[in-house]
Amino acid sequence: MSAVVAPELEPIEPRDNYLNAAYGVRSWLLTRDHKRIALLYLVSITFFFFLGGLFALLIRLELLTPQGDLVQSETYNKLFTMHGVVMIFFFLIPSIPAVLGNFFIPMMIGAKDLAFPRLNLLSWYIYIVGACFTMWAVVHGGVDTGWTFYTPYSSTYSNSYVIATAMGIFVTGFSSILTGLNFLVTIHTMRAPGLTWFRLPLFVWAHYATSLIFVLGTPVIAVTMLMVGAERILHLGIFDPTRGGDPILFQHLFWFYSHPAVYIMVLPAMGVVSELVTTFSRKNIFGYKFVAFASIGIAVLGFLVWGHHMFVSGQSVYAGLIFSILSFLVAIPSAVKVFNWTATMYKGSISYRTPMLYAFGFIGLFTIGGLTGLFLATLGVNVHVHDTYFIIAHFHYIMVGGAIMGYLGGIHYWWPKMSGKLYPEAWARFAALVVFIGFNLTFFPQFILGYLGMPRRYHAYPPEFQVLNVMSTAGASILGVGYIIPMIYLAWSMRYGRNAPPNPWGSTGLEWQTPSPPPTENFKEPPIVTEDPYVYSHEEVEIVG
Amino acid sequence: MAETPALAAHAAEPGLQHQFESMEQQKEASSLGMWIFLVTEILFFGGLFLTYTIYRWENARAFAHASRHMDIALGTINTAVLIFSSLTMAMAVHSAATNRRRLLIGFLIATMILGGSFLGIKAVEYTDHIQHHLFPGPGFRYPAGADARGAQLFFSLYFAMTGLHALHMVIGLGILTTLVVMARRGRFTPEYSTPVEVSGLYWHFVDIVWIFLFPLLYLIGRHLR
Repeated sequence: MSAVVAPELEPIEPRDNYLNAAYGVRSWLLTRDHKRIALLYLVSITFFFFLGGLFALLIRLELLTPQGDLVQSETYNKLFTMHGVVMIFFFLIPSIPAVLGNFFIPMMIGAKDLAFPRLNLLSWYIYIVGACFTMWAVVHGGVDTGWTFYTPYSSTYSNSYVIATAMGIFVTGFSSILTGLNFLVTIHTMRAPGLTWFRLPLFVWAHYATSLIFVLGTPVIAVTMLMVGAERILHLGIFDPTRGGDPILFQHLFWFYSHPAVYIMVLPAMGVVSELVTTFSRKNIFGYKFVAFASIGIAVLGFLVWGHHMFVSGQSVYAGLIFSILSFLVAIPSAVKVFNWTATMYKGSISYRTPMLYAFGFIGLFTIGGLTGLFLATLGVNVHVHDTYFIIAHFHYIMVGGAIMGYLGGIHYWWPKMSGKLYPEAWARFAALVVFIGFNLTFFPQFILGYLGMPRRYHAYPPEFQVLNVMSTAGASILGVGYIIPMIYLAWSMRYGRNAPPNPWGSTGLEWQTPSPPPTENFKEPPIVTEDPYVYSHEEVEIVG
Repeated sequence: MAETPALAAHAAEPGLQHQFESMEQQKEASSLGMWIFLVTEILFFGGLFLTYTIYRWENARAFAHASRHMDIALGTINTAVLIFSSLTMAMAVHSAATNRRRLLIGFLIATMILGGSFLGIKAVEYTDHIQHHLFPGPGFRYPAGADARGAQLFFSLYFAMTGLHALHMVIGLGILTTLVVMARRGRFTPEYSTPVEVSGLYWHFVDIVWIFLFPLLYLIGRHLR
């Protein structure tokens, strides 16, 4: 019998990871896998990021010239309102927690999923329902109250779509609450054997702190939005001074959530940076417990500083003094983190990979944003620069320079795990540089503009401010390009990128001890943890990719 | 794959969801989840309680005056009805834990009847207030000479707080209906009665909110002239 040569068969891809475990729309829209839900969030928030960016683009184009010539002032009011609402409630707040947290918290603690997978899917649907309300408002003509919805303008006088937008924020709030609840329960009850609290990655600690804010703060904004809605629909007079109500009370309630919300945005980014700095310095984190408790400290102090938004709202001077002192205190845990990251890098073998570039960006820009926050916590300086571009620059340094840098760093760091593909390193480094340059060119001039007295929320300005505004608009265009490049190469890498090994960075985290992309149940064998995190001392690992 | 303790637990216990290793872990997670949810509820109602506190402090006389429009008899009956419903709910939880299915269904239905009665009585009160033009807004009428602005604030808060409470009652009735269906299908065992237990926590919470609302809205300052 002659030997029969078997024909070369096309190798069949084994259905062994979460991406190819099932196909079809239903397998995504009805999934309970935290990894797939994270990708659902990734797609949705990316849409809102570019929508919010479009509003920002129109704002910057209007501000190119001193006259209000591109849009009318009413349209301009709607543009900055929609920019704020979309970016804060539909992009920044869910960004790192709902995408990276959702994907990696169960994997980092060695669990198969979050504690409540159905609730996790439900929170994505709630997010989408809230987003539909807000999109309805956008399509029908928008809302013009500013993202702060100050009463009585929002509750009585504004003729724009306040109710639909407030409903959108109210509904989306429940998505945040459920995500936070899910994380807290998961971190408490589902850690792998041997994974004690002080062996948790700092990313998990940061998300624990964030979840506390989700759970304690979000209900307050929800009930406040409900009161504003009830006032518009049912004519209750809770915030209407003509019926005995107090508009300042709205500001208290609003900032009781919305100041901690800033920490919702930046704490997860700090968690990402702790992972990046240790991995790419090949060093244990300096002062693990300090960094961990700094997250909790920021979350707790964050609830005690809301009055610094109201220094000129008729709040008592004594209340102002107390809020000023408390606001200074936030600098302590924030500085602990920055110093400890720096100390971690000291004498480390640093590799300048893209995620690390974003971590550098975060540390530098967050420091500027944080220090200018101290200017603003100072009563006298605050009165001088209140409601000017100084504020705008300050919080964009925290939210864009901080939170989005952290988000992009995290996306690049975990991309090989999430997609199973390597992204093109040269392009990624280039984009990180473009983002950094574009960001600073956009927002640094705004510090100067604000200090010189240009108020926020106006579509026209005196001609002497034009040079700085043109710089800012130019920077925004560069920043926009810097955001589009990663979009393109990450999408490209999904199809054409090289396959990623399980642990391309030589990281110690549990999430890297499983194939890329991970199987649906995350680990073939339930892991057992026997050592502290970030032990980079005993092995020389070559970083590939 | 080797037979691990987790796989054995999943094979033995159909109520164990895939993400958990054991029934104890699942139960611990569910209870903790409900307690955290109740914390969010406290903060949610907290916004209204804060508003109430500030406005009561600013308009003490008007609030006292307005609270005399409350029907104290109906309010007291409703308080008793709700406390009694918490008792039947607690009995339902106990029946589930001791595996007495008929008793469980009976107590769940008793709780639903009591909860429904509460809402019915509340509806009578609402109708009465609205007929007396006490709903805030353009139709609000209040005796001349009294502080109508303060009274209107009181009624704004009254409708907001009791309305939100009633909404929680309606959601509670929906949850109880689901529990009755699950109990009839025999889904609960002494090892797996967590849904009854955590729903009980929710029901007691809604009850406690009313225990605070009743004195704040009906009782404080009634005797003041």
